[in-house]
Amino acid sequence: MNAPVREISYSQAIQEAMAIAMESDERVILMGEDIGVYGGAFQVTGDLIDRFGPDRVMDTPISELGGAGVAVGAAVTGLRPIFEFQFSDFAALAMEQIVNQAAKMRYMLGGAVSVPLVMRFPAGSGTGAAAQHSQSLEAWLGHVPGLKVIQPATPHDVKGMLLAAVADPDPVMIFEHKLLYKMKGPVPEGHYTVPLNKAEVRREGHDVSIVATSIMVHKALEAAEVLAGEGVSAEVIDLRSIRPIDQETVIASVKKTSRLICVYEGVKTLGVGAEISAMIAESEAFDYLDAPILRLGGSETPIPYNPELEKAAVPQVPEIVDAARGLVRGVR
Amino acid sequence: MSGRARAMQVETETSNLPFIYRQYEREQLLDALRKMHLIRRFEEGAEECYMRGLIHGTMHLSIGQEASAMGICMPLVNEDQITSTHRGHGHCIAKGADVKRMFAEFFGKTTGYCAGRGGSMHIADVSTGNLGANGIVGGGLPIAVGAALTAKRLRTGKVVVCFFGDGANNEGAFHEALNMAAIWKLPVVFVCENNGYGMSTSTARSTAVANVADRAAAYSMPGVIVDGNVLSDVAEASHDAVERARRGDGPTLIECKTYRYRGHSKSDRNRYRTKDEIDDWMTNRDPIKRYEAQLIEFGIATSDELEAIRNSVQQEIDAGIEFAKASPMPSIDGLADNVYTLEA
Ligand SMILES: Cc1ncc(C[n+]2csc(CCOP(=O)(O)OP(=O)(O)O)c2C)c(N)n1
Ligand SMILES: [Mg+2]
Repeated sequence: MNAPVREISYSQAIQEAMAIAMESDERVILMGEDIGVYGGAFQVTGDLIDRFGPDRVMDTPISELGGAGVAVGAAVTGLRPIFEFQFSDFAALAMEQIVNQAAKMRYMLGGAVSVPLVMRFPAGSGTGAAAQHSQSLEAWLGHVPGLKVIQPATPHDVKGMLLAAVADPDPVMIFEHKLLYKMKGPVPEGHYTVPLNKAEVRREGHDVSIVATSIMVHKALEAAEVLAGEGVSAEVIDLRSIRPIDQETVIASVKKTSRLICVYEGVKTLGVGAEISAMIAESEAFDYLDAPILRLGGSETPIPYNPELEKAAVPQVPEIVDAARGLVRGVR
Repeated sequence: MSGRARAMQVETETSNLPFIYRQYEREQLLDALRKMHLIRRFEEGAEECYMRGLIHGTMHLSIGQEASAMGICMPLVNEDQITSTHRGHGHCIAKGADVKRMFAEFFGKTTGYCAGRGGSMHIADVSTGNLGANGIVGGGLPIAVGAALTAKRLRTGKVVVCFFGDGANNEGAFHEALNMAAIWKLPVVFVCENNGYGMSTSTARSTAVANVADRAAAYSMPGVIVDGNVLSDVAEASHDAVERARRGDGPTLIECKTYRYRGHSKSDRNRYRTKDEIDDWMTNRDPIKRYEAQLIEFGIATSDELEAIRNSVQQEIDAGIEFAKASPMPSIDGLADNVYTLEA
């Protein structure tokens, strides 16, 4: 019953999930800019147009607002679009349809319709593409009831969560860090799903909980390895979804370790870390805390072009190590 | 032949010449050629630096589109303003920027036009009227209309030129911007550089009208189509539109039909167009070759003089790259500089 597992990249895992969804359900279509013969700006759709043709792998004009709205209308009336933004930054052009329409339509109509829509957002910094092509805007959408917002960190998860998203009756927003696309990992063949509302403990530990999202999960794991060499045992939680947030897993971890650091690439202020911190402060885990909660997030700046400045604008492994060590040893 | 008869004969001869040869002095004509070479060599230099790992990120080269950038900017004065695009190096140079500081920007250095914060996609030289390239397709369109609103309200006499690509004409911002420019009769010239494709998507597949200029009718402004690879044709259309804007008669939409030789950016497999198509444009319609041929045909320059221009351009490019290499890196302490004008 267990499907064979191979090592494939994060972008191949997405492509595989989309192909499986399209094969099993005629209603699934792909929409986006240059996803056809070009294969997508990050080659995620690749050669899917050769398999499914231009009617199901649709190049849109450069019309984010209209394109997103067409996807909403199609989703409400019987198709299951997977809409690719070329960069997550361009969500800014489509916010109207995402926030005012897709997220609320079911609610406003008293449950008369559903919006089974998937949107994919290549996100994050690290490619030298500067301020308008490097943002991490997941918290924007995380603020909107009616949307589900996920940030898969591994090839395994992105495939399973994308397949869960396509099957989900509500709009699911997937933020994919661009630096993850080439990362390889074990992925089972065939269809499987990963729940959209469950965090995952990636490494167990007892001194400090590091709750991370997306690429920061990998940085946190690296940091945990360094910390282990120094005698500090860090637990790393991959949050996976920011709406909803899996409170149970985070609270249980903090009760065990008594210390919490949140690591995320989005701008620190008013971001995912603020939400997790507040959630812990409001929960029974608060009484277990031995130290203040720390947030490591993106700097309060746009993402700069210069590569050294760009690195300095988002959390890096040494900062995570320093923060965790300081918290555990009581020096900050 | 009397002096007057001679003058008359010269007049009839020149009156048959294309627009720029009637409008501009020899020096200006040669300067335009020089800048077209400067654009091309700049792009090639940037490309080489990128290949050698000296420049990171991505870039969009405008090789093949030099006549459009230069021809549009010929009738402008320094105070006139432009908004540019992701494919904006040529606009920046044509408007008068210094390639030294452009290279420095691409190298991420403090001496760059954006202090190393913007890179290729945000290149700007406000001192020569360039309000900036843009990473957002269509992002510059309403901004140009806003700049034209300022010009009108403050009676500065400035004209604003808004460059954009064919791909941008399907963004809502395009339609909203043209409409407002028209209802308020603003001094703005919309310039669509139609190179046939927005990334991999041909205009035939993306756009419901045959010509982007056809859309001008919907906003009650003149729509003008020119061969974007013929410098004089572009400059003439620009001249007329700029005069109209300066007179207070409102906006114009110019469509320059042109072609980009390189891929869209640094990650293009070129699967959406044929090699024959690219070769045809490069060999038969190259804007620089065509302009040089005219300069020789009309006796404005000798091939030695053209050679000298090319050499001096090469020296300027080499010096620009050296300047960029030698310039200092920004310090990490300055990461948050200029997020706000005043300390937040
Ligand atoms: C709003 C927005 N959508 C998509 C992109 C990605 N993108 C950058 S350039 C480009 C093509 C633009 O085509 P066109 O306007 O014709 O300009 P060209 O590249 O041909 O000069 C695309 C899709 C973007 N930068 N901004
Ligand atoms: Mg184009």
